[in-house]
Parts: sequence; C-alpha cells; structure tokens
Amino acid sequence: MFRFAITRLLQAVPVILVVISITFLLVHAAPGGPFSADKAVPPEVLKALEAQYNLDQPLWQQYMGYLGDVVRGDFGPSFKYPGRSVNELIASGLPATAELAFYAMLVALIIGASAGVFAAMRPNTMQDYLPMSAAMIGICMPSFLLGPLLVLIFGIHLEWVPVSGWGDAPGDKILPAITLGTGYAAYIARLSRGGMLEILSQDYIRTARAKGLSESLIITKHALRGGLIPVIAFLGPAFAGLVGGSFVVETIFQIPGLGRFYVQAAFNRDYTMILGTTIFFATLIIVFNLISDMIAIWLNPKLRQQGQGDN
Amino acid sequence: MSQTTAYQNHKTATQSSSTHTTKTSTAALLFGAVMMVFLSGCGTDETNVSKGNETGTLHWGNGTEPQSLDPHIATGVPEHHIISSIMEGLVTKDSTTLEPKPGVAESWEISEDGRVYTFHLRHDARWSNGDPHTAEDYVWSWWRALQPALGSLYAYMYYAIDNAQEYYEGTITDFEQVGVKALDEHTLQVTLENPTPYFLQLLDHYSLFPVHRPTLEKFGAPDERGTRWTYEGNIVTNGPFQLTEWQINRRVVVERNPFYWDRDTVRLNKIIFYPTENAVSEERMFRSGQLHYTNDIPADKIPVYKESGDPTLEIAPYLGTYFYRINTNLAHLKDPRVRRALAMTIDREQITERITKAGQIPTYALTPPGTMGYYPPSDLSFDPEAARKLLAEAGYPNGEGFPVTEILYNTNEGHRKIAVAIQQMWNKYLNIEIQLLNQEWKVYLDSESAGDYQISRASWIGDYVDPNSFLDMFLCGGGNNRTGWCNEEFDRLILDEAPTAKTHAKRLEIFTQAETILLADLPIIPIFTYTSKHLVSPAIKNKGTNLLDQTMYKEIYLESDSGSNGGDN
Repeated sequence: MFRFAITRLLQAVPVILVVISITFLLVHAAPGGPFSADKAVPPEVLKALEAQYNLDQPLWQQYMGYLGDVVRGDFGPSFKYPGRSVNELIASGLPATAELAFYAMLVALIIGASAGVFAAMRPNTMQDYLPMSAAMIGICMPSFLLGPLLVLIFGIHLEWVPVSGWGDAPGDKILPAITLGTGYAAYIARLSRGGMLEILSQDYIRTARAKGLSESLIITKHALRGGLIPVIAFLGPAFAGLVGGSFVVETIFQIPGLGRFYVQAAFNRDYTMILGTTIFFATLIIVFNLISDMIAIWLNPKLRQQGQGDN
Repeated sequence: MSQTTAYQNHKTATQSSSTHTTKTSTAALLFGAVMMVFLSGCGTDETNVSKGNETGTLHWGNGTEPQSLDPHIATGVPEHHIISSIMEGLVTKDSTTLEPKPGVAESWEISEDGRVYTFHLRHDARWSNGDPHTAEDYVWSWWRALQPALGSLYAYMYYAIDNAQEYYEGTITDFEQVGVKALDEHTLQVTLENPTPYFLQLLDHYSLFPVHRPTLEKFGAPDERGTRWTYEGNIVTNGPFQLTEWQINRRVVVERNPFYWDRDTVRLNKIIFYPTENAVSEERMFRSGQLHYTNDIPADKIPVYKESGDPTLEIAPYLGTYFYRINTNLAHLKDPRVRRALAMTIDREQITERITKAGQIPTYALTPPGTMGYYPPSDLSFDPEAARKLLAEAGYPNGEGFPVTEILYNTNEGHRKIAVAIQQMWNKYLNIEIQLLNQEWKVYLDSESAGDYQISRASWIGDYVDPNSFLDMFLCGGGNNRTGWCNEEFDRLILDEAPTAKTHAKRLEIFTQAETILLADLPIIPIFTYTSKHLVSPAIKNKGTNLLDQTMYKEIYLESDSGSNGGDN
C-alpha cells in the first residue's frame, strides 16, 4: 500500500509539470493582457507595470523563473490584487470552499446513498422509479437554477434561512450545501443503486435470505459495505470536483471561496493567480484520486490481494 | 423543484420505514433532525439592516473585492467607495451639487491669473494614528504618485500641475521644479501649468489623496506596488473612518477615526463593504434586509420596482455616455456622410424605453448635458429620410453596395440587446447588412485599441465634472480615441484655447466649438446618457445624489424606524 502511494505520487510530478507548462503557454497566448483596461494605459505606465512583474523578460526566462518559484512553494504575487500573494489568496479562499465542499458532500451522501439503497431494495417498482427519476432531475438541474429557486422559497418567502453569506448568520450554510450537493446526491443515488443491485443478486445474500435474516439486517450488515464501493471510488474525484466547481454556488451565495477567485483570475488575465489555482486544483485532484483508490483497495478484498501481489 | 424531489425522497423513505428497513429511515430522520437544528436558529426578525440601524452600522453592497486600497494604485469604483471613507483630500465636495468644500484645507486662495493655489491646512488635521498632518505630506505623496515605477494609471490627473507631466515622463528629473511646495507646516502652494477651473475637483479624486509616509516606508519602497502598507492593522489614513478589518472576498470594515478633524459631524459608527459581484444575489440580499444599499440593480428588476412605486429605487443622472466608436480608417466608414446616416437611424427612445429601462436619456452629443453648465451642441436627430439621402450621396443608394459591417461588443446581455436593436434599425432604415460580434472583455479591449474592429460599443464615465473630461478623449492619437479620427482644429481648441480661456463662458464657448467639430465628423455615435441605479434603504438619511454617484460617508446617518427594505417584489 505504501509503495503504491509513493509510486502514484512520483507519477504525479510529470503530470503537474505538464499542467504548469500548458497553462503557462495558454495564459500568455490568450489575447488581452493583465493590465489592459477600459481607460487606455499609457505606454510608459505599461512598461513600468511589466517591469514590476518581470513580464518584460523573454517568455522562457519567465517560465524558468516561475518553475523555480513553484518548487519553493511560492506562486508569486497576484497581478490583479497588488500587495496580495497568490498563496495568500488561495489560503484565504480555501477554508470556505473546503467547508462548503464538505457539507455538500455530506448532503450528497446522506440523500444520495439512502435514496439509492432504498431504490435498489425493490427494483423496477414505484419505490425504485420515484427516487431515480428524482435523481435524474437532480443531475439535470444546474446549480444556477436550483440555488436561486431555493433562495426564493426558503430565504425570501419562508424566511427560514439567510439568502447569502457564509458564517455570518445562523443557517446561512444550509442552502449553499444543498445547492452544491444535490447534483452529486443524484450521481451517488445512481451509483449506490447500481452497486446495491449487484450485491443483492450475489449468492451470499441469497444464503442470508435463506437463513431467514431480516431484510434490514441483510442490507446493513451484508450488502452495504460491498454495495457502496462504487460510491467510495466516486468520492475522491467528487470532492475535488466540489472544491473546483463551487464557483457558481459561491457567486450566488456570496461565499468568500476559492472558486470565485479561480474564474475571475481567468477573466482578469491574472497570470500568476490562474497558474497558482490551476496547479493547486490539479494537485488536489491527484491527491483525492489517490486517497479514494486507497480506500477502495482497503474495502475490497479482491483488489487488496492484487495490491499485495504487486508488492 | 428539486427541493420537492428531495422532499419526496424524504417522504417516501419515512413511509417505507414501517414496512421495510430501519436503516434508511434512520438516515432520513437524522437528516431531518440536523436540518431542524440548523433551522432553529433562524427566522428571527433581526436583520443586518435593523441591527445596523440601532448600532449605526451601514451595510454597503460594493460590487467587487477591492483590488487595492492604495489611492495611487486603485482605479475602480468599489475601491473609490472604501478609499473615500478612510481618506480625504485637501478639498471635498458637496454631496448634491459637487461644489468644492473645505477638506484637509480649511481655506484657499487662487491667484488672479488662476495658476497659483495657496491652501491653508487645518491645524487640527491628524492621521489615524494621531500623527500631525502637514503640508509636507502632500509634497511627498504627490512625489510618490509620480514615480513611474509605481505605474499609477491616474498619473495624468496630476498633469494640470506645473511640470508634473514633464517629471513623470522623465524630461525633468528634479521634483523641486514641479509646482508643489510646502511654504510652512500648514501652507501648501500649488502652481498650475494653465488655469484649470476643475483643479479643485481633482483634489477630491483619490489619486491626489495624501498617504502616510512613515507607514509606507515601514513596509517597503515608496514606488513598490505590492507592499503591505494597506493591510488591516498597518494602514494609517486621514479620513472620517479607518480600516479595521479586511477579509478577502467577504467584507471590508471601516470604523470611526477618533483623530479625524471633523469627527463630530460623523454619525455612522461603522461601514461594512460587501463584495457583491452578482447583481441578482445582491438584490436578494437587499430584500432580505442584509444590505442598506446595492451597487446595482438587475435590469429586468427595474420595471418591477418602478411599477410598484418602491421608494427604495434610486435612479439619478450619471456623468457617463454610452456610444459606438467607428473605425474611420475603413474605406466605407471613412465618409462622414455614412457615419452621419448611421447616427441618424438609431431610434434612441426605443433603446432607452424598451431595453435599458432605467431612465437613461437619449443623447446626440458626447458630453452629458449640464456638465458644469455646459450644454453640448447638436443638430443631429433621428431622421431616416435624410439619412437615406446622405447614404445615397456617399455612393450607396438604398444601401446598395454597402459592405456587410460588424458591430463589436464585449460579452454582456445588455450590450447584446442594444446591438441587436441597432442592427435591425440600420437594416430597416438603410437596408444595410449588419453582423454582431461579441468578445470577452479583455479580448474586446485588445481588438478595440488595436483598431481591429469596424464599429464597437463603448462608454465613458467622466473623472471630474467638466467637458474636458469627455472631449480630450478624441485628441489625435489619444490612447482612448481608438477611432483613427484626427482633427487639428479640434486639438488646438482643446489643448491651446480652452486652458487659457479668460472666463468660464468663453471656455464653454470653446468647448462648444470643439464638440461641434466632433459631431460634424462623428467618429462616434452617441446613444444615451447613463443613470446611476441603486436600491437604497429608507433608513439611510442625508445621502444626496450627484452626477458622479459619489457618497460622502461622513454625512450619512441611519434612522431606525424608517421601515424595511420593502416587501416581496
């Protein structure tokens, strides 16, 4: 297991390097510079600005300089926010985004897994169709529609929860978590239904039924562990997706998260910020995939044996 | 919708519990219980607004996260709001008329030739750390703003001062020669290149605000952009409020500055500025009592507020013009008759009444009417008949042979709607084919300044209330001209005649002449004059509206029993 992790992490290094190189080339190739603005920037000002951020050097020199900084863990200064470093901006946005992703994941798991398991218990009946069609709607419903809808109902008409904010008033984290989590809940519902159906048709479940065990005991004791493996495998990428994809929800609910910075950085041509956040998200995805693979191996005896065989 | 589906899941899950399993129902119940706990804390009547009215805390929707609070680096409106609450110039403005009012300078004299200003600074002016605030602060701050390495985008605001431009561009290296001197601790003398009637106004622009030298020097070189001197805990300022909290993308908080000279006038205790990028979310925040003031209103909400006669809707004239630039270097757009025909076939009332809907005023000139008593000339009008004649004279009878022409705009729903309307009007009245091209903001800026467009959407907001702020845009080869248009007589009037005009009336007359030249040639098509639009809580008192949409925070106060922000619109 340890060697597996080390190998995977070493494999990640060239991946990150490719990510950096492509992103670096793309941001510099994109039309419009970080300092172009509605009011024309006088040439002498532009020169001064470019000199401040080393943009007057040849591209390869900028690239090497940047790589050197990244190796030292320094993503450089933000162009858009003079005085802020990219590290500082990521650090300021990460807590809210990570917390939001965590709650959204919780919502997704609780709703998704229970709906999926529930549907799998009586396949092809109303008990299956209802939650599954709901899941389909959940997958199709974009968060920029669901969010405002929830706000309208629970924030403005019923006045149960605040319409926006993050940690400013009690309950302001509920709607963002539900909005972000719903799409994932729907995926998880489908995954867990599939996983459960497969397990429930296994011989050992039939044996358990034959022994006269109650259905609830069969589900909780015997089927869940195997049935939820597809869900576990999905969790890593899903969490990374939640962190990276929270932009819309962060905008709707005015959450001071990382997603807003990421998207705005692209619009602002804030080169260092685009690069920094991209590298950060790429690393996050790699690490979370690794973790979920490791959990899946640990949960699934078949994979575990294979893993040991490799060693 | 999906809430109902979630609810259905929940409901079916609970129903089934009796017959089938306990596991799922436990999960569902648990979830329900968690929700109940979450929700139990809410639903109270206490909102930001109602609490704020009690404690004197103003909750302000501020558009975006400020880029910087360094007055010599910042450029945007959100930055301006915060900076103008924590800093002050020599002169401030009246919140309605924008007439200059004493700021750090309690009085001033202007020499007879209008070139020498002598400012008498208040003896009780202090920085927010208690340091005395002296004339030398201005000399040093202005020296700093004019360091080319700092890359201040507003350096041109200093060009009215004698030799400032020469110093900035490096033809003079000795700052002693620039027209700013501290005669003594409390007397500042500023010499101008030319008498500049709007100079006092410039002093209220943040690019001319003073900065606290010891603080800047503590955190880096004065001409270094990225130092930490503006961070909370570091920054020292001279305005009615001082920065106490800056949480990125969450809020900026300013509180009363106990050392401010006019502290007795200040009635608010605290202002919280929120980065409200999304106008739709912002409007919801306002309605639920989280904000006293919104930075914007979504365009489709304006009619709703208007029809219900909602008193929170505030629409006021704004010193900005929406117009189209025409690339006069192109063969078929070179002919002023063609440009005139285009300008005469835009039904501006249709656009302001059916599309923009926020009281914008159709315009046929560049400078907004009433700018410092200036009313621009215009013999332009909506006249399709005459336009067709002009187009025929230019060689395109009934639009025949007129090349397909493209309107460029930056990606935005509002700009798209206007472009579509104009596309149809030109097609209908002139029988010419128009295509639309939208580009992302920075790409659009690149295309426009490179002259890589045919007709492009544009707008201009005045920096100060004077026709010069609009007209000097179209000097030959000016960075903001971008149309390829160049007229020597126009340049002479703006650069030589207007600055040396002896009287205000004479000056306005020169501007009229210049604008007449511009409007005869029409390298631009004026469309409408902007309005500023906000939702303002009835609790906000003494705010005033003005052409620059500026707020004098020190005068505002909150009244608690002024009702809520309005109902369910």
